[in-house]
Amino acid sequence: MSLELRGITKSFGPLVANDSIDLFVADGEIHAILGENGAGKSTLMNIVYGLLSPDAGTISVGGKELNIQTPTDALAAGIGMVHQHFMLIPVFTVAENIVLGHEKTRRFGLLDLEKAKEEIRRVSKEFNFDVDPDAIVETLPVGIQQRVEIIKALIYDAKVLILDEPTAVLTPQETDELLKNMKNLRDKGTSIVFITHKLREVQEAADKITIIRRGKVVGTALPSASQEELASLMVGRPISLDIKKKPAQLGEVVLSVKNLNVHDVRGRRLVKNISLELRAGEIVAVAGVQGNGQSEFAQALLGLEELVDGEILLDGKNITKANVRESLHAGIAYIPESRELDGLIASFSIAENLILDLHDLEPYAKGPIMFPNVVAKEAEIRVKEFDVRLQSIQDPASSLSGGNKQKVVLARELSRPVKLVVASQPTRGLDVGSIEFVHERIISERDSGRAVLLFSTELDEVISLADRIAVMYAGEIIAIVPSDTSRAKLGLLMAGVRPGTKASA
Amino acid sequence: MKSIFSKILAKISLPFLAFALAIFSGGILIAFSDRTVLPLIGSPWKFFTAAVHSAGNAYLALFQGSIFDSNLAKNGSFLKGFYPLTESLLIAAPLILAGLSVALAFKAGLFNIGAQGQFIFGAIGASYIGFAYELPPILHVLLALITAMVFSAIWGGFVGLLKAKTGAHEVIVTIMLNYVASFFLLWLLKTKVFLRPRAINPLAPPVHDSAKLPQFLGSDIRLNIGIFLALIAAYFVWWILNRSTWGFRFRAVGANAAAARTAGISVAFVTTAVMSISGALAGLGGAVQTLGSQFELTPDVAGSFGFDAITVALLGRANPVGTVFAAILFGALRAGGLTMQANTQNPVDIVLVIQALIVLFISAPALVKYIFRLKGLKGGASVASKGWNG
Amino acid sequence: MTQVEVLGLSAPERRRKRGILAMSILSILGLLFFALLPKMNEVTTFGFVMDKEWVFLHEWAVHSKSGSLLFSTISIIAVIGAYLLFRARKTIRIATSIFSISLFMSFLCWAARGKFIPFTGLLQGGLMLSVPLIFGAMAGVVSERSGVINIAIEGQLLFGAFASGVLASLTHQKWLGLLVAPIAGVLVSLLLATFAIKFGIDQVILGFVLNVLVIGITGFLYQRLLVPYQSTWNSGSGLTPIAIPILSKIPLVGPILFEQTIIVYLMYLIVTTINIALFKSKWGLRMRAVGEHPTAAESVGINVNKIRFRNVVLGGAIAGLGGAYFTLGAVGTFSRQMTAGAGFIALAALIFGKWSPMGAVAAALIFGFASNVESVLSIIGTPIPSEFMLMVPYVATVIAVSGIVGRVRAPAADGIPYKRGDSH
Repeated sequence: MSLELRGITKSFGPLVANDSIDLFVADGEIHAILGENGAGKSTLMNIVYGLLSPDAGTISVGGKELNIQTPTDALAAGIGMVHQHFMLIPVFTVAENIVLGHEKTRRFGLLDLEKAKEEIRRVSKEFNFDVDPDAIVETLPVGIQQRVEIIKALIYDAKVLILDEPTAVLTPQETDELLKNMKNLRDKGTSIVFITHKLREVQEAADKITIIRRGKVVGTALPSASQEELASLMVGRPISLDIKKKPAQLGEVVLSVKNLNVHDVRGRRLVKNISLELRAGEIVAVAGVQGNGQSEFAQALLGLEELVDGEILLDGKNITKANVRESLHAGIAYIPESRELDGLIASFSIAENLILDLHDLEPYAKGPIMFPNVVAKEAEIRVKEFDVRLQSIQDPASSLSGGNKQKVVLARELSRPVKLVVASQPTRGLDVGSIEFVHERIISERDSGRAVLLFSTELDEVISLADRIAVMYAGEIIAIVPSDTSRAKLGLLMAGVRPGTKASA
Repeated sequence: MKSIFSKILAKISLPFLAFALAIFSGGILIAFSDRTVLPLIGSPWKFFTAAVHSAGNAYLALFQGSIFDSNLAKNGSFLKGFYPLTESLLIAAPLILAGLSVALAFKAGLFNIGAQGQFIFGAIGASYIGFAYELPPILHVLLALITAMVFSAIWGGFVGLLKAKTGAHEVIVTIMLNYVASFFLLWLLKTKVFLRPRAINPLAPPVHDSAKLPQFLGSDIRLNIGIFLALIAAYFVWWILNRSTWGFRFRAVGANAAAARTAGISVAFVTTAVMSISGALAGLGGAVQTLGSQFELTPDVAGSFGFDAITVALLGRANPVGTVFAAILFGALRAGGLTMQANTQNPVDIVLVIQALIVLFISAPALVKYIFRLKGLKGGASVASKGWNG
Repeated sequence: MTQVEVLGLSAPERRRKRGILAMSILSILGLLFFALLPKMNEVTTFGFVMDKEWVFLHEWAVHSKSGSLLFSTISIIAVIGAYLLFRARKTIRIATSIFSISLFMSFLCWAARGKFIPFTGLLQGGLMLSVPLIFGAMAGVVSERSGVINIAIEGQLLFGAFASGVLASLTHQKWLGLLVAPIAGVLVSLLLATFAIKFGIDQVILGFVLNVLVIGITGFLYQRLLVPYQSTWNSGSGLTPIAIPILSKIPLVGPILFEQTIIVYLMYLIVTTINIALFKSKWGLRMRAVGEHPTAAESVGINVNKIRFRNVVLGGAIAGLGGAYFTLGAVGTFSRQMTAGAGFIALAALIFGKWSPMGAVAAALIFGFASNVESVLSIIGTPIPSEFMLMVPYVATVIAVSGIVGRVRAPAADGIPYKRGDSH
């Protein structure tokens, strides 16, 4: 079934998220929508799925113009969507999640799940998904949860399937399987629209590519286009995809981690016996798919985890049991995974955010008394140095864009004397310009003699920034390899295939 | 000049309209429950005039009881007519303190519904020092106040500690502890130490004169230095929140506990500290009430100060200055309400209704806008919406 | 995919260990203070007959010391059993129940020595005090499982009590009073729903303010109309209990469960319906979806706020009906603030019961029972001052929400207002 969008426009206040977008997806085609973070891709798809209403423009499915106001309308028109953040209720079973919104009932309104469970098993078998209808969603691994989402769309006869950044949480192997399944679906007659910012996938799977930048369509392309061409269209200027960095100049050992274990409140061991050494002047990137213990490892270094045993030495000083404040003052700069959740306080001013972990130190405070004018003066200096675009340093941090928010976090952490920089997913959700800024900054920290521990799920970022790569799987560091290791090998490691076993050859 | 005026107008127009709406609704309740008004429902004009008459009388009594009584001005000087105003401030003093207690907690993201219980323990502490010892005046007052604050700080801090260590939500715990405090007081007043000799009802001995808060407008006027204590406390709370490192941490935890924790701030410490200080403030309110107007401990020494403190903090948008003004307004309402009850048989509970309505209207500017067909009202929720897990 | 390994004790297991430790200390203390140390050896008599039921056992007179000893020993055995069966969750619950009951019985043997305890009456009173708590907890389930915190249960109960008492008095028809009770609860919950859902106001504050509003209005009208003109406005009488044939004659259980007013029978119906519907019906599925992950629910076309609104109003009706219990279910007349915090205890029961209907009912029964013990003992005359006994339900609540249940998990979206298009 074909899908056609004409002139779709949507604004959120002064921000124009979609500016008169035209899109044509042919019947039985895999169409990729390529654009960097913040370009307006998700907004567009949410409009198609009825979650948002456009200010102007029309949507036509199979040649017929439709009025889509709610997801129910979209579903009735044959449009299904698999969201970037799954729309699954964690405490429900697979079957309950799938019937939600289309429940069949017996007498007195009691649920009838049997037919649904049969359908689920049928579709699951057809695509080799291996999904159990009675499993509780939150116990399922992420890859399987995604399949539940796909089954949900297929069961209700989706003829157009929209996938929003589907590979963000998958290992390279799972990604390959997904792309294979997409082609399978296409061959069976379903049109697929998939949104991504990853050039590699687009080249592998798409039949046609539409590039969106800052809310406008800037071009269409075929998968035969080069990555540089696509990237330039995406960003608006020619960019080189290689990051230039000097060879590492190693110094003393800054961080020494020995046999680190971290447990969660339920007694499960999320970080298993990790040992690692970091020297000044090098970047070690911890690669791996989300959910393999990286977050807990990073948090343990900072003192945010309670059930920790093992040893963490920073410049010789034992900080294993140190609390957050002590760790920060001992010389760790921490760039948290989610700037919005725990990096910044949205309602506090930008100036206050810049001293969030320094508020009780001189010159900002003496004893219990704080000096707002000193805070303000220093803030002005910082925002200039880190090129933060803002109206006033007294504005709340929520007024900043994603990239500028991250710059504030960097400005705060990197402006004090630190020995170790721990950066957790520092470029997640940022536009290309901000990503470049962050990368440059990380490299300059490393060149100034600091040790950098980078946690990232983006394999490209890992390969280009790291001097050494530690791959984490199921809580363990499965291998530490040089940065010129092949993608294929890294992919295997990330999937848990240990070096030296048959499959890794 | 015009822009400052319109800015002030924008800021107060919502509270003013909310107040007007609440008074109007209260008037309806008064009129419709008046036995002399309801039967006239047959003849609309008579009904309307009777209703206005009934409500009008009630509110006139309210005004005379809270701000200015022309009867009193006739017999003496004009100034004597403002005696009711001093009564309003008398009630406002402990209310400011209790309101500050709740407001401070709000700023740190905590709901201190326990001001009632903390108030009681403050009153207990002040009362005991007041009647059990004889000391020189300044020392006596100081000791009583400090004892009050210590007792109530412990009562409040306990809640904070419980939340920090076990995650027990402070709303449920403080509500329960309020009841426990009330029963404790009831029991205490039956013990030998606390029971006034030869008293049948539970009543503690009156505090000695040396412990009473000095009156400063002459002995005819009950207003005492408690009001100054309250204002000083308000300044102190403002200073803590906005100029100290502790306040920075309190506000950080209140705004985003996860980010605060990642920045090295101890949420457990902040929770305990804030609840202790809140407790101390509410307890100081109890002390001011005991040493300044009531002088003897009774089972209902806390009256409705617990409720009132919360509505005051909400109206004052959880900041110290707003709390002071809100407390003065609600203190006036209560003082006037007592007169209204005496003169017009309208129970003082109407004040609770008016207070609740004011808070309700303040937090829903959209509703007020709708009622008055206005545009661009400034206002809205001052406390972020949270769940049990937050 | 993360492979996890359980090492050492998980948190629930550590909590169980602490619980067993606490229970063993309590049972030993019980043995000491109730059985071994007291010197007196009078007879405690437990009466088992209420009224018209079949008599299995008329009464049981036991020497207080031997009785205490017997029950304390049972409680210690129960604790040992719990320790041995450490890993089995269900058996531990049974052991804990046996422990609590036997400890309580040994306490009674001691506290009422030389006196007569109407045991069936005690249990019946406990159930009766639980009734408003159960109604309140059910109202809470319906509202909070949909994602709206309902602190206004107290106000809904009070307004239901007020409206039913007044209307029954005005019209001399108790049935009209019963009919208007849920409507009164709905009025309060309409305000809650509108301000919470439409205006997005913080629900804890809102609930609290609504409680103040109801207390103010009912107090005002009470003083203004009900007291001076009592014969017109406040002279209702309670509903007469209806005994269900045969069932009400079962010894012990019969008079407690099956000889109650219609309000209680409605309660049984409501509890059963909600318990089944919540987990097995379309209404329940959508309600839980909306309370856990409203964005996901919306993405399949469910109108989140409409469901929340409806369920909050339904909760108000349930709580309002529960309020009628205070007036029509008892003496018939209304008195100031007669709910005395029952709404808050109901909320605590909800949390203690982890937001599940049967859990909340169990918790409500425990709390109601704890309240009743105080009144019975003070009638009998026991050494503990009545004020401390009155504190028991409130202290029990504090202990409940701070330790025993561990860190509870409310419905994930509980208390957070939802706007269409959120997080897109």
